[in-house]
Amino acid sequence: MSTAAIKKTTSKSWRVVDIVVAALIAIAGGVIFWAWSQGAAAVSGPMNAVYPPLTGLIAGGWMIPAVLGMLIIRKPGAALFCETVAATGELLMGSQYGASVLFSGFVQGLGAEIIFAIFVYKKFNLPVALLAGAAAGLFCGLNDSFAPWGWNIAYAGGDKLAYIIFTAISGAIIAGALSWIATRGLARTGVLSSFASRKAATEPVFS
Amino acid sequence: MQAPNHHGAAGAVRPAAVTARGWGWRHAGRAKPAVHALDLDILPGERVLLLGPSGAGKSTLLHALAGVLGDVNDDGEAGDSDESGSLLVDGGSPRGQRGRAGLMQQDPETQVVLSRVGDDVAFGAENLAVPRDAIWTRVHEALADVGLSHLPLDHPTSALSGGQKQRLALAGILAMRPGLILLDEPTANLDPAGVLEVRDAVARCLDKTGATLVVVEHRVSVWKDLVDRIVVLQPGSAADPAVLLDGPPDRVLDEARTMLAAAGVWVPGYVPATRPRAGDARPGAGDLLLAAEKTAVSRERPRRSGFRKIPPVPVQEDITAQVRAGQALAITGPNGAGKSTFALTLAGLLEPVTGKISATTNLSRGAGIDPFRWKAEQLIERIGTVFQEPEHQFVTGRVRDELLFGPRHLGHGEDRVDELLERLRLTPLVDANPYTLSGGEKRRLSVATVLAASPQVLVLDEPTFGQDANTWAELASFLSELLDSGTAVVSVTHDAEFTAALGGTELKLAAAEKVAL
Amino acid sequence: MRQELHVRGNNALLTRANPLSKLAAVVLITVVLALSIDWVSATVALAFEVLLFPLAGLTLTLLWQRGWPLILAAAVGGWSTSILAPDSGRTLIDVGIWTMSQGSLETGLGFMLRGLAIALPAVLLMSCTDPTDLADALAQKARLPHRFVLGTLAAMRLVGLLAEEWQTIGMARRARGVGSRGSVLQRVKATLGQSFGLLVQAIRRASRLAVTMEARGFGGGTRTWARASTYSVLDAWVLAGGLLMAGLAVVAAVSAGTWNMVWLGG
Ligand SMILES: Nc1ncnc2c1ncn2[C@@H]1O[C@H](COP(=O)(O)OP(=O)(O)OP(=O)(O)O)[C@@H](O)[C@H]1O
Ligand SMILES: Nc1ncnc2c1ncn2[C@@H]1O[C@H](COP(=O)(O)OP(=O)(O)OP(=O)(O)O)[C@@H](O)[C@H]1O
Ligand SMILES: [Mg+2]
Ligand SMILES: [Mg+2]
Repeated sequence: MSTAAIKKTTSKSWRVVDIVVAALIAIAGGVIFWAWSQGAAAVSGPMNAVYPPLTGLIAGGWMIPAVLGMLIIRKPGAALFCETVAATGELLMGSQYGASVLFSGFVQGLGAEIIFAIFVYKKFNLPVALLAGAAAGLFCGLNDSFAPWGWNIAYAGGDKLAYIIFTAISGAIIAGALSWIATRGLARTGVLSSFASRKAATEPVFS
Repeated sequence: MQAPNHHGAAGAVRPAAVTARGWGWRHAGRAKPAVHALDLDILPGERVLLLGPSGAGKSTLLHALAGVLGDVNDDGEAGDSDESGSLLVDGGSPRGQRGRAGLMQQDPETQVVLSRVGDDVAFGAENLAVPRDAIWTRVHEALADVGLSHLPLDHPTSALSGGQKQRLALAGILAMRPGLILLDEPTANLDPAGVLEVRDAVARCLDKTGATLVVVEHRVSVWKDLVDRIVVLQPGSAADPAVLLDGPPDRVLDEARTMLAAAGVWVPGYVPATRPRAGDARPGAGDLLLAAEKTAVSRERPRRSGFRKIPPVPVQEDITAQVRAGQALAITGPNGAGKSTFALTLAGLLEPVTGKISATTNLSRGAGIDPFRWKAEQLIERIGTVFQEPEHQFVTGRVRDELLFGPRHLGHGEDRVDELLERLRLTPLVDANPYTLSGGEKRRLSVATVLAASPQVLVLDEPTFGQDANTWAELASFLSELLDSGTAVVSVTHDAEFTAALGGTELKLAAAEKVAL
Repeated sequence: MRQELHVRGNNALLTRANPLSKLAAVVLITVVLALSIDWVSATVALAFEVLLFPLAGLTLTLLWQRGWPLILAAAVGGWSTSILAPDSGRTLIDVGIWTMSQGSLETGLGFMLRGLAIALPAVLLMSCTDPTDLADALAQKARLPHRFVLGTLAAMRLVGLLAEEWQTIGMARRARGVGSRGSVLQRVKATLGQSFGLLVQAIRRASRLAVTMEARGFGGGTRTWARASTYSVLDAWVLAGGLLMAGLAVVAAVSAGTWNMVWLGG
């Protein structure tokens, strides 16, 4: 009978459970956002009609997988992986952005990932979550405004700036703060028992 | 590394032996070990039924044997899992020889890995680096062994019934040619026909391969004749060894019948005593509260195609039923018949596709005739619904808040909370997070939270599913008391004993016609 | 979310091409179209895409059923661009912050067509590509780490389940008195709670699925593949087709004088 040799894992390498949970968080994020956007249409419609850059304020929803995935899995690459998977999921469902959604996902994930990397994957407190969310939002805003496939590429300069500020704020609050709160809640339920984040609920908020 | 029997018949499987010496395991973040001081020898080819109360560590042991336990980070933090003693399969560590054992868990949904039947069965063999041609030989053989060879290889796994999914999982395990087959409650949410299908498939495969079997199941009667040994575990504690009893089925069941029954094990021919129903002496008993007329039900909402709306295809049509105060109504039928869907429609949570659900004035008290149109606050003090999965209904982070939630919304009735806590033995847990409770505790809590709003109609979906005999009896007695006090109880269940204990009428739904995919 | 494109039963020619070559062609077209906002290149690409429908087993009716949100989104994108793009030419509308000029309207229209031309190839790709085959190709041909590819594939299978669970949790919470109707604030709160419930279930499910996969020997170093992902002559045609389409779109736009590089034009 053949056997599969199993490597002893170190705290930085990904286990199977990390991969599957990260992927499913990204996908659940997609399901939530999809459900959310049914209701959000009521908000985004008027936003678009009044001043389209305002829609940047709800963009944070797209970045939740990046921050939430990292706060839970706590392995290098988690933000990038989750956001890319979320974008792939969106592509499979049929996205209005076409294949460009893959680039956007990658770029947003990269924004969050950089912040966590700066803190050498050791800090997962509220300020870091907010920063990561803001960075994801910033990258999202930059991508949408300056990349050729960006949805807002043809806006005038001032509108682009407004949009980017809105996405960064939205990223910090919706993706950053909400993910941080959700992680603490999840840790209390015991479902994170096999992850490094299992004690997230009792970790200090600021240090 | 590669086995010599890749091309051989499944008969060439070499059964595995299990040896445990003082083995113990504590999960990460837990104070007490899940298993403590386990001494156990299982000979090659033996078939063992593993029993024990909830939390005795049965699943933990199966996971350890499959080599999937404790792949926890060695980040050296305090509070991580730890292992003591030794647990060996064929004299080696299970972790180093994955594929030697095949594990089937309880939830059929997560037993399926890929979306096509053929791929899913091939998955294990691929991971064991079996050459491509040999994989397909194994896939066909395994599918035939579990009785699924009529399915095309690209049949979508999402279109299988619960019983078929479990048999597919078994095929996936067989394609790895394991010497040790581990089954963790493989038939828990199946209807009686599905249970037999799975049991028979297992029996056939064992007869053919001679592999060693360890199966965990609360209901002994299903597996009694198939196994040659019963091992009873007890929850981990520092003082006692893990194995409480060990021997041939008949002897164990004879010797320890009362003890097993007291521990909540479902021994054959034993139905726990429940409180008998009193007569329908109360005034108002028998009044009509809720009626379904020629209702067709479906979970799906109308689909939108461009600008058109297409109504969903109902899973059941022409259902007529009446719910009366102080009387029980049991909804029964095979898996997928639409029992839960109908119960949810009756409870005002889904809109009927056609036909109508109407509440009489006894129930509606001014809220209107159609429960689906009621506001959430109006609904909970009239119809309370307990879902099959208790976790779906938790809305707060503390047991007490959970119970207070309904009454606070309604602005009355908080006095009932303490009584319910006491009655359902939840008082010691008031400060715990609901999600961290055991299965039995979660079930009791979800019943209590719904009752806290004092509904006149109680709808329960599979209330006894996965419960040990003690929780079962407690629940049945409690419901019989509620019935006597005038509440109507509607339950969806596969459990004939439970239906009998509550009395009342039975609504049998026929199997839904399978839509061709 | 439930509008997954079903590939089973689709026997069109393009279903037999390797997913990687199809993906490469789609990415190429996306990038080229993205480079310019003009209605000529977008229209040429759109025309080609519609011609390709039969090869991918897609019909206009199917597209309308599944893709109408895309069309709506393209229209909205066109609107917001036409009021926000820098103005040039005659002013058509001017109400406070809203200004629409001939120039910006043109940009907006081009933007709308371009949006559709970028979205459609992805719809085409997914309607003739099975996710399992895509994963096979990504792991075997593109050499992405198989643990990540297959882990993700297995998780993707649970999407439908999660969508059902979302609905169930919504009902379960209504049965507890949490209204999903009511004021905006109440609805937001209800949705957040429901999302949390879904996350808990998703993590439980994923943990169990990971155990199942590991118990089937997944996670080791080497593995074999029951189905080989292969290239054929068809793939060369797919790539050539992608190149041709992108090339023609550019040539048409340049010769019509409408080619308008995103970073240069205004
Ligand atoms: N992943 C885990 N992390 C932390 N604790 C766990 C984990 N899995 C199980 N436990 C705990 O270990 C103990 C034994 O659990 P186990 O699931 O093995 O019991 P069981 O005998 O299978 O019970 P049941 O009949 O309810 O399935 C319980 O106290 C349980 O809460
Ligand atoms: N959320 C859902 N969305 C769409 N279809 C569903 C959903 N849940 C179940 N179904 C389908 O509806 C049918 C009836 O399901 P239902 O859960 O009512 O059956 P049941 O009689 O309760 O079965 P069981 O005994 O397995 O619980 C099944 O064919 C099932 O596949
Ligand atoms: Mg168990
Ligand atoms: Mg059901």
